Amino acid sequence: MPRLFGNSHKMLFGLIALILVFFLALIIFFPLVEILQKSVYSSEGKLIYLEHFSLYLSQPNTHTLIGNSLLVSLTTTLIIVPISFIFAYALMRSCIPFKPLFRYLALIPLLAPSLLPAISFVYLFGNQGFLKSWMGENSIYGPWGIILGECFYVFPHVLMIILSALSLSDARLYEAAQSMGAGSIRKFLTITLPSAKYGLISATMVCFTLVITDFGVPKVIGGDFHLLATEIYKQVIGQQNFELGATVGVLLLIPSVITFSVDALLQKKQRSSVGSKFVLYRPKPTRLFDTIMFFFCLGVVLLLLIILGVSLFASFVKFWPYDLSLVLKNYNFDMMDGGGWSSYLNSLQLAIWSALFGTIIVFLTAYVVERSRLWAPLLGLIKLFALLPMAVPGLVLGLGYIFFFNSATNPLHGIYGSLTILILCTIAHFFTTSYMTAMTTIKQIDREFDDVAESMGVPFYKTFFKVTVPIALPSILEIARYYFVNAMTTVSAVVFLYSPQTTLASIAVLNMDDAGDMSAAAAMATLIVATSVGITLLFNAVSYGVSKASQRWRMC
Amino acid sequence: MFQRGLCVMAGVMLAGSTLMAKESLTVYTALESDQVKPYLESFQKVQPDIDVKIVRDSTGIITAKLLAEKANPQVDVVWGTAATSLVLLEQNGMLQPYAPASLDKIDAKYRDSKNPPMWVGNDVWGSAICFNEVEAKKQNLPLPTSWEDLTKPIYKGKIVMPNPASSGTGFLDVTAWLKIFGEKKGWDYMDKLHENIGQYTHSGSKPCKMAAAGEFPIGISFEYRAAKSKKEGAPIAIVYPKEGLGWDLEATAIVKGTKNLEAAQKFVNWATGEEANKLYAENFAVVAYKGLSKKIENIPENYASMLIENDFGWSAKNREAILQEWSKRYESKSEPKK
Repeated sequence: MPRLFGNSHKMLFGLIALILVFFLALIIFFPLVEILQKSVYSSEGKLIYLEHFSLYLSQPNTHTLIGNSLLVSLTTTLIIVPISFIFAYALMRSCIPFKPLFRYLALIPLLAPSLLPAISFVYLFGNQGFLKSWMGENSIYGPWGIILGECFYVFPHVLMIILSALSLSDARLYEAAQSMGAGSIRKFLTITLPSAKYGLISATMVCFTLVITDFGVPKVIGGDFHLLATEIYKQVIGQQNFELGATVGVLLLIPSVITFSVDALLQKKQRSSVGSKFVLYRPKPTRLFDTIMFFFCLGVVLLLLIILGVSLFASFVKFWPYDLSLVLKNYNFDMMDGGGWSSYLNSLQLAIWSALFGTIIVFLTAYVVERSRLWAPLLGLIKLFALLPMAVPGLVLGLGYIFFFNSATNPLHGIYGSLTILILCTIAHFFTTSYMTAMTTIKQIDREFDDVAESMGVPFYKTFFKVTVPIALPSILEIARYYFVNAMTTVSAVVFLYSPQTTLASIAVLNMDDAGDMSAAAAMATLIVATSVGITLLFNAVSYGVSKASQRWRMC
Repeated sequence: MFQRGLCVMAGVMLAGSTLMAKESLTVYTALESDQVKPYLESFQKVQPDIDVKIVRDSTGIITAKLLAEKANPQVDVVWGTAATSLVLLEQNGMLQPYAPASLDKIDAKYRDSKNPPMWVGNDVWGSAICFNEVEAKKQNLPLPTSWEDLTKPIYKGKIVMPNPASSGTGFLDVTAWLKIFGEKKGWDYMDKLHENIGQYTHSGSKPCKMAAAGEFPIGISFEYRAAKSKKEGAPIAIVYPKEGLGWDLEATAIVKGTKNLEAAQKFVNWATGEEANKLYAENFAVVAYKGLSKKIENIPENYASMLIENDFGWSAKNREAILQEWSKRYESKSEPKK
């Protein structure tokens, strides 16, 4: 009775979809609604519309904060977008050697907490830094230190967007231009730039948003130069002023929402420019150009490695700057602020559970949206929830979690202060990127597998486990790795949610720096990077093994 | 900058020593992290059946947290936290009076005068300036001997001090200046000092740690951190300004509404008792328990006589106004300094 089977399967599918909708609403949508609500109500619970905002914006200090935030974000964007563009251009359009190596090394900042570059820059350019003389009369504590640190932090994010934008150039256009006698500058201006236009706009906006919402870097190296993001932190954690935190949080939501909307719009336009006759552009070697590009990439990658290396070195120094002998005492975390070694163990637990449950939920969500053929509005809602986290800075998500889960009327109140809430928050925070990875992979798998299976009365879960999952295994592993690494390095959302029992390594870095234990902070940051690198290598090895065993069909 | 979260170090250490059902106690403290561990080991010896969860942060953060939780306190005992903050909590009706077992051995100056007292002191901590001699030589900086000296133009950008909103040490300095110089002149003094400040830090320890590393040659901090840094080999001189030292008590109290009153009382008996005070005396020159104070390396014999007259009630009552004024004057000008 295939028909009957089909129906009961459909019901099971529907049930899974309903559970997903409810779950995603819980970890993404409700906390957001809660913070938006908080920002328009007074502390006595009266609706006051935009009064918090007008009050906040009328304070003279606010203008300084907004000005400072804009200055830092715009400057970083102006520096890092051109650098990323040239780097990406070298990888896609030149014939330099070691391209894969350059690509891997350029992504290294993703494996470090954003506090690490700030710590390194203090060791490099602080008053006792190796290279203090380079600063002249200027101090690293302030806008320049923040901008340098942010450059390290955002570079790989911007680079990835531009890389994918440049990969879309159609070789036929260049051939046509060539045959019409266009020079290389003309080709660059009339073909390359226009085709990468949308990618560049989106990279610029992502860069701006990442910097304006980051507080790890300014916290460590900002000195008395305050920003909107550090203000939220000061108000909420320093003075327990939650209303003001919500107000500033919603202000920081504005650039993210604009970025997100513009990006969604551009994605649509971009897609339509790639036709079925698309021919991938292949660069030809040019001596001078390739040499310049090679040294440019080498320079950038060396800078990244130096910044990483400085923290690594500082973590072993006995007494900076007077006794440079190398010791392990900075790794004796139990005598310092931040929660000691148990913070590191908590972080490992958070990373493992987030990777496990995050991957399962993400993949299931993508599968349901792409393959279930359920009622369209329901799937639309799931899709909306899945894409929402992209537009929400971690700071805002974390605050939303406080408001939503710490409310006495919430039946889930009990998970407040536990590891569970940190896991849920981490799954939500990094949901969109993982979801899009899963989506791309599932879309590549031919629908006919499902159709044939369904017509033969094979239940969808069998097809899912026997066909979809094995084929998608490399991308499933990539999602798990992504969750693991981000759970290790993230500070922004979880900093509002951890409790004495659930201190985390990344937050310990922040607290040790606050207490003045810079070398211990460098040690913990180094430990986080080492763990992330180790996990990445492990996952790559497993993925390679799996590919060899199960992806052989792709080769045929 | 005020940021910070919380940290725990005790629960894990205490786990597993017995199979009996343990009493659990949540304790907020502003003691230094490197003090908490040895202190708690001593408590564990006398009370192995009480599982202590420690939340440690700077004084300002602990105070803000307690006040925010006023309607629904999450904590049983406040330990090693500024008496000023405890008086503020008392003024908010948040403390439970209790006379610990060794109350008669506590110096009357270092406890709440009511009977039974709302809070009992542990030890005195006060201002000290850490002065990096190596950097001073390089930069030709003379040794300051008074608060007044610190406003000399030669120290421009060379001094770090804790932010009084987050740090108890920062707050006791500010109140001391208002007391020593009088209100008007005190703020004038801070205006001039502000010109020389390179950075305001979150914690009271950080200025001395920065001075020890030469990052900024002068750090306004407190005597425990100064003496300890010097002992660990930092090239610093410790300056006790001649106008007098601001100070506060690290003190202990039970929070009203605790569900673990019995365990809380056991903890307070230990924290104000002889054993604990002997441990405090390893770190602080003046402890509340009579006859236990002893000489500490790098802290002068006449330390107690350098402390100014103090009024915790005044400091507590004016805390919010002082912090607001401070923030208005020195935080809104956040342009970078050269």
